[in-house]
Amino acid sequence: MDLIIPTISQGLLWSLLAIGVFITFRVLDIADLTVEGSFPLGAATAAAGLLAGWHPLTAIAVAAIAGMLSGVVTGFLCTKLRIPALLAGILTMIALYSVNLHVMGKANLSLLQVDTVFNIYGAGNISQGNMILLVGFIFVLLTGIVCYWFFGTEIGAAIRATGCNQHMIRANGINTDVTIILGLVISNALVAVSGALVAQANGFADVGMGVGTIVIGLASVIIGEVLFGTRSFKNCLVSVILGSLVYRAVIAIVLQMGMPPNDLKLFTAILVAIALSMPLFQGKLKKRKVTG
Amino acid sequence: MLKIDNIYKTFNPGTITEKVALRGVSLHLKPGDFVTVIGGNGAGKSTLMNSIAGTFKVDKGSIVIDGEDITKWGEHKRAKYIGRVFQDPMMGTAANMQIEENLAIASRRGRMPTLSWSSPAAQREVFREQLKSLNLGLEDRLESKVGLLSGGQRQALTLLMATLVEPKLLLLDEHTAALDPKTAAQVLALTNDIVNSRKLTTLMITHNMKDALSCGNRLIMLHDGKILIDVSGEEKKHLTIRDLLAMFEKAAGSELNSDALLLS
Repeated sequence: MDLIIPTISQGLLWSLLAIGVFITFRVLDIADLTVEGSFPLGAATAAAGLLAGWHPLTAIAVAAIAGMLSGVVTGFLCTKLRIPALLAGILTMIALYSVNLHVMGKANLSLLQVDTVFNIYGAGNISQGNMILLVGFIFVLLTGIVCYWFFGTEIGAAIRATGCNQHMIRANGINTDVTIILGLVISNALVAVSGALVAQANGFADVGMGVGTIVIGLASVIIGEVLFGTRSFKNCLVSVILGSLVYRAVIAIVLQMGMPPNDLKLFTAILVAIALSMPLFQGKLKKRKVTG
Repeated sequence: MLKIDNIYKTFNPGTITEKVALRGVSLHLKPGDFVTVIGGNGAGKSTLMNSIAGTFKVDKGSIVIDGEDITKWGEHKRAKYIGRVFQDPMMGTAANMQIEENLAIASRRGRMPTLSWSSPAAQREVFREQLKSLNLGLEDRLESKVGLLSGGQRQALTLLMATLVEPKLLLLDEHTAALDPKTAAQVLALTNDIVNSRKLTTLMITHNMKDALSCGNRLIMLHDGKILIDVSGEEKKHLTIRDLLAMFEKAAGSELNSDALLLS
């Protein structure tokens, strides 16, 4: 029982990453691996900032800007230099590994001795655990509302159309280089904020904390879509957030059941592989039903 | 309205797959001209169309629309002046988005998108009216995803989108070729309706000689990257397929051997 609040809290903090992955993977139709670098970049930037005495919200804002810049780099590589999007993301991700080490000065920074966004408010009346839940909820709510609004605007619609049909949107006067870069910038900003929040909640930033984040993001997106639907953009956003919560719950349950934590990434990868191949199996099942 | 002067385009120059697609094409269109373009496979029809639309830049020559030199403009910038309907019915619309959202995007062709709401309710009635004119019952399905529509419906919608903001030039790239004969006839009738009633300057590629003769006020035939035949006005009105074949033989010095052209 005492696992419920931490599970939901982690799910909320990681759902910002899931929304970021949703924006590239579903809206732009690009598998953007930059997240593996921009997530620890957000963590590193915020951690270094906090240790330098910044206000936690300032640290998160600067982390977001750092994430945006990494999105610009990937976007530049794949639009202006015509490097395939998957490879462009890998290049940025690898480059960010070195950048993150520079930002932190070493491979790991502890945040146990500094004020974070989770312990400067509430004046000690609320436990740190509940604070994470509350702050996470506020961040997710704001992000959800802003994303829903933005992707409903003219610019947002142009980004959505870019992911759907580049010929169509260019024939309607939109520069697809700009919309792709913009999508990557927004996505990686959210991923970096997610990294900044997770680092503060866990009490440390580590240069290796980005490993597997793309798969965690994909798992959340797909679980959410399968369980909660994709009828409209609003529905998709809610599904992705709930998907992140369900993913954390599944992880908590299998760990509780005795799965060694070292096998977590293997488990997640298998989960995502099964989920991604669902359409194929669903098609085969349908066929069998028709013929049999 | 459109002034194309001596444009050249070679694909994969200097390689084994080098293909000279356009060798010195010049074409001047007056405002309101409705020109049909025919030619065999590889004659350069689509290359000409894509050169104008800006899908790629030409190697030599210039393209001017309404006095403005657009030769060096990118595809998206040219969209300000040019409305397009593609051969592939999937290409002109965004399948995952609603009919209304597609129309809203088309209603902004040529201006920068802003942060105001994309599908304002105020536009709804206008879209409904416009869709009604297509006679496809789409006016009641504004919130349907475009992916649910048939190829013919999508092509009709694309045509509406391409002309929603009046284009200085309308490019139709074999836009009925992928449709069944009955639907193709409907979309073509709709095309004639829209182009003639609004006197749109139009360039239409077709594989169908009959359509090329019955539509528009001018016909050009491309062959081997050059304009071989160019007839307009009274002369075009009385032209038959037989005349056209005779003209081709005389001009090209060989018989027309494009099955696609002859069979349709």
